[in-house]
Amino acid sequence: MPIMNDTIQFNVGEHRLALEKALKLTPQDIVMEIREAGLKGRGGAGFPTGTKWLLALSAVAEKKFVICNADEGEPGTFKDRVLLDEYTNLVIDGMTIGGYAIQATEGIIYLRGEYKYLLNKLERFLDEKRENNQLGNNILGTGFNFDIKIRLGSGAYVCGEETALIESLEGHRGEARNRPPFPVNTGFMGYPTIVNNVETFASAAIIISKGADWFKKIGISKSYGTKLVSISGDCKKPGVYEVPFGISIRDLLKMVEADEAKAVQVGGASGQCVPESQFDRKISFEDLSTGGSVMIFNKSRDMLHILKNFMEFFVEESCGQCSPCRIGNKKLLEGIELIEQGKCSYTYLNELIELGKSMQLASKCGLGQSSPNPFISILTNFENEVFSTK
Amino acid sequence: MLVSEKHGLTAEIESLAEKYGRTREALLPILQEIQMRHGYISEFAQQEIANFLDIHPVEVYGVVTFYAFLSRKPEGRYIVKLCQTIACDLADKEAIARAIERELNIKFGETTQDTKFTLQYINCMGMCDQGPAMLVNDDVYTHLTPHKAVEIIKSYK
Ligand code: SF4
Ligand code: FES
Repeated sequence: MPIMNDTIQFNVGEHRLALEKALKLTPQDIVMEIREAGLKGRGGAGFPTGTKWLLALSAVAEKKFVICNADEGEPGTFKDRVLLDEYTNLVIDGMTIGGYAIQATEGIIYLRGEYKYLLNKLERFLDEKRENNQLGNNILGTGFNFDIKIRLGSGAYVCGEETALIESLEGHRGEARNRPPFPVNTGFMGYPTIVNNVETFASAAIIISKGADWFKKIGISKSYGTKLVSISGDCKKPGVYEVPFGISIRDLLKMVEADEAKAVQVGGASGQCVPESQFDRKISFEDLSTGGSVMIFNKSRDMLHILKNFMEFFVEESCGQCSPCRIGNKKLLEGIELIEQGKCSYTYLNELIELGKSMQLASKCGLGQSSPNPFISILTNFENEVFSTK
Repeated sequence: MLVSEKHGLTAEIESLAEKYGRTREALLPILQEIQMRHGYISEFAQQEIANFLDIHPVEVYGVVTFYAFLSRKPEGRYIVKLCQTIACDLADKEAIARAIERELNIKFGETTQDTKFTLQYINCMGMCDQGPAMLVNDDVYTHLTPHKAVEIIKSYK
């Protein structure tokens, strides 16, 4: 199934010439256009793409790499699957444009093992691009060389974190690295590397195709363009939608016909749980930031059960490298079990929330820094249901 | 393991090392292929891979134990991986799990006696809009019902 309403910016037919157009520009022009468009990383972290590319372009090295992070593992996210499957050209052109912009010759798609069934199709597509001279040596006669290979993940959520992903590509356990140094200077095999989300590459191709000004017509102040959201849970029309930044939760719910919603989890397991009283909040980097996951829970759902499912997820997926995350997530899960048994005191609950806040500060990578989010937001926003009445 | 089998495995690993290169970055692709062909990565295989890549076997062990899709113990020919994360959970993955367990007469985490099926839970596999969802090896099945899930299992029998 394609994107349900790909008519705002993701209309593929319109962006066929993105690559051709890009190769007529200088790498500097491309980076400037991306910066001008204010494109921010679509994977969730929201780092300015143009800045990342500029740093990699300025880095001096004999080799550079472009990595497409297709390790879409955040619960409730599946828009990258749809992009890779149905909007392949946009993604591949985006990567190639990124390669040209930072002057790299090699690209790697890190595809999550769960999506292995897409592998053959993607390989065939890359072959086609090579035959059409849009990949490989002397692309479109411009003298630019760039090729892409695909590497598979093996079932580890933490590899979605860019330095863990690089570790994995280098043949190691997917354990996050200390930053700095950042991948733009010291990335894959020690070479300057940009790691971007699938959607970010597609958006970059769209910007080059249509220009920064056109791109910025959609969205709100610091969040330009559109976002692909993956909507699941209690609604009549789940799926992937293209929405303008700034859309409210209420409007999203209307769009997918969710009548009975009492809570919306924005940003996946590591995101925020938004109660009905806050449905006017907006999808944007300033307010509710999301890599694309939106999960809807209706009035019949047990929020404690949902929270427990999230915390079990984090206990399993923590790489175990640092103690705030390795031990903290276990403690939070045990806390939930105590609440279930009606044995958790108020004092202890507050201690757990404090623990969560320490994890947000002290964990080494995004996993442990964000895993307390559902715990804190569900226990704060649904205290009555989850805690007081147990 | 028989001596001849060991020789076979060594030759296989050697050819994979040729294919992917005798460097550390080749480790994961080599492990993935051995896993796919044999259903697990034996201690012997880990040793041999370490030899060919010129790294310590404990490095190989460390990687094998890190990734959910790599295993050190033999698994069934068909690995059924049912998503246990919230969207599939709310879509009643429990009913699917129980139906499959009854059909194969094993629990999740176990392998059938004829080593045909292994049942595992996995975390969100990106099919949340079509849950409950599962993989059988690399094939995806969505919108499962207990009945449909059992029919799928049967088609692999
Ligand atoms: S925060 Fe968690 S996942 Fe990240 S390095 Fe620490 S233990 Fe590993
Ligand atoms: S929750 Fe089951 S596929 Fe995402």
